[in-house]
Amino acid sequence: MSNLITHLEALSNAPGISGDEIEVRRVIRPLIKDTVDDLRVDPMGNLIAYRAGTGSSPLRVLVTAHMDEVGLMVIGHHGDGSLKIDTVGGIAARLLPGLSVRVGKKSLPGVIGLQAIHRADGLEKAPNTSQLAVDIGAKSKDEAERLAPVGTSIVFATRFQTIGNSCLGKAFDDRAGCAILIDLLLGERFPFDVYGVFTVQEEVGLRGARVAAYTVEPDFGITLEGTLADDLPKEEADVSPTTELDKGPAITVMDRSYITPPRLLRHFVRMAEAEGLPFQLKQPGIGGTDSGGVHRAKAGVPAITVAVPCRYIHSPVSLLRQSDLTATALLVNAGVRQLATQDLRTMK
Amino acid sequence: MKTQQLLQTLADAPGPAGREGTICDIVMDLWRPLADDIHVDAMGNLIALQQGTLPGTGDRRAVMAAAHMDEIGLIVTGIERGFLRIHALGGVDRRVLLGLEVRVHGRSDLPGIIGSRPPHVLPASERRKVLPWHELFVDLGLPEDEVKRLVRVGDYITVHQTVAALKNGRAAGKAMDNRACVAALTLTLEALRHRAHAWNFYAVATVQEEVGGKGAITSAYGVAPDLAVALDVTFATQHNDSDPGVFELGKGPTIGVGPNCHPQIVTRLNEAAAADEVPTTIEPLPGSSGTDAWGIQVAREGIPCGLISVPVRYMHQPVEVVELKDIERTGRLLAGFVARLESDYTPRWEDAVEADAEERPPSAEDSADPAEART
Repeated sequence: MSNLITHLEALSNAPGISGDEIEVRRVIRPLIKDTVDDLRVDPMGNLIAYRAGTGSSPLRVLVTAHMDEVGLMVIGHHGDGSLKIDTVGGIAARLLPGLSVRVGKKSLPGVIGLQAIHRADGLEKAPNTSQLAVDIGAKSKDEAERLAPVGTSIVFATRFQTIGNSCLGKAFDDRAGCAILIDLLLGERFPFDVYGVFTVQEEVGLRGARVAAYTVEPDFGITLEGTLADDLPKEEADVSPTTELDKGPAITVMDRSYITPPRLLRHFVRMAEAEGLPFQLKQPGIGGTDSGGVHRAKAGVPAITVAVPCRYIHSPVSLLRQSDLTATALLVNAGVRQLATQDLRTMK
Repeated sequence: MKTQQLLQTLADAPGPAGREGTICDIVMDLWRPLADDIHVDAMGNLIALQQGTLPGTGDRRAVMAAAHMDEIGLIVTGIERGFLRIHALGGVDRRVLLGLEVRVHGRSDLPGIIGSRPPHVLPASERRKVLPWHELFVDLGLPEDEVKRLVRVGDYITVHQTVAALKNGRAAGKAMDNRACVAALTLTLEALRHRAHAWNFYAVATVQEEVGGKGAITSAYGVAPDLAVALDVTFATQHNDSDPGVFELGKGPTIGVGPNCHPQIVTRLNEAAAADEVPTTIEPLPGSSGTDAWGIQVAREGIPCGLISVPVRYMHQPVEVVELKDIERTGRLLAGFVARLESDYTPRWEDAVEADAEERPPSAEDSADPAEART
């Protein structure tokens, strides 16, 4: 538990857009390799950690957290040596201008700039991604192609930091979930077999979780997330912050990708109450999570998403509370552990 | 590498217009060993004097070179539920604010971010909207009562950004406008330590340029130079701007031409560039140059001015890009210009020279005057 923040820092700083999660695997692997019974990478790039149970329960439980983050990809080169880009995952293009980024395996510094304010036509409309480019200092198309060929990954340059009870950094969606899953795998052995899967390609359609659930064929699927908290000052009365900071783990009832079976929802709510942990129900209808990929694998898997509320996800710098992260880890640990003691397998 | 470090030291430091104390201390430390006298005036301008070294008669003439050390920033206008409401200090570009890391200069320097709502909750109509000031805020990640204890309305905010080295000797960071030129002026001071000059050289790091060239106006009055050169940045070509009025990175500084620039100083800057083999480009400036030169030119009874500019990409954005060579060339060009000022040189208008010549037929004494001989 004490390492949650340290692990989050290493995870947050690692680059890993959808389809290029190798550096995140490199961070996770050494942290868990000594406590799991099997560790492998599947054909999609999911990192599958198997931890045998004590044998007292026949259950098989899948716990996932996605490694990938939203970012950019090089799709071409301008004559002046700047890089044409497109977004990978959901990024509002309006936040890209003025940002520092890191390009490719060598982490080359690059920047995204607009026409100077003094020379711009209008200031009220944000540009499209196709109007933006990354400048790495290359002077020609040839040089740019050599340094950053088409397909090169680009991530935000943000470095992790803490302020009081808050953490700031990129990709808390879902490196916060990864940190909690690592914590779960480092803890006490469970009564049943646990498959901890660090999934790929969540941000482009929940694609890693889907095949992982097919492979593992679990009795339950638990998805760990860093979810959006839109609890910001707004002009109108705020009816939909989705989740709020300082209110503990957010349990999903329903999002755009799946509906939580009532018995699983009830189980986690009761666990929070029993452990004296704060919790909130994520306002339904927004976002999608790996549960959406898991719940329809093979003959169907009861699934639930439990998340750390994070402000400013899908931007260069997200913000979460250490107290929310810790409470989420505690709830997940208790909720997963107690799956064996209740008969949750029959639909009620 | 030395220029890169110098630039990083200067550009990373905060110095929003009207609160230049921190950057001023840094420049003071850099300039003190290079100056015969150094002081800060009532407005906060840092003024360093290098005495002329060549023998001359009578009072030494004075040339002033000005580079502003302030940068654009933000200011706290309110505190709501622990979030800071903000407004612009200088020509801030609202299009680049979302997702930025900042430093709030409250009772201590506090890290914060300018929050952006995730795309999940943005209606399609909002995704290309550039937010007005009343929808922008800074999140300090601290509880409301602590925010209220540490921050007050009127506190300053600067962008937090560290200079990054790009390919081909280029560098990206905040406040290249105008720390690039403070760096160039530092290089000039270094060069003139080893290069004889007849004139007294005043290097001035001015304040409050970004809110209307205020420091230049008062420092020009205080120093009362016989001529002045301002150093600032100009627009560089970039992938989305190649119209006239922009200048390529790496092709040297520009020399301004127009109502703000005395033609004889333009000529002398061009001559110095040719003699010292510094590549330059002429920058036409049909009206206000938008630099310190505009205010300096009308100080006292009028001061003949020149303007040297370093091309920078993405001006007033947190990722301004410069080429280090251009900074070094600017420092060298200015040093060469100053070193070539003869002890009795006075910038003059061509017609005045002609009128004088008509009134008074040239004598042997006059034609020996090096200033006259040049025109």
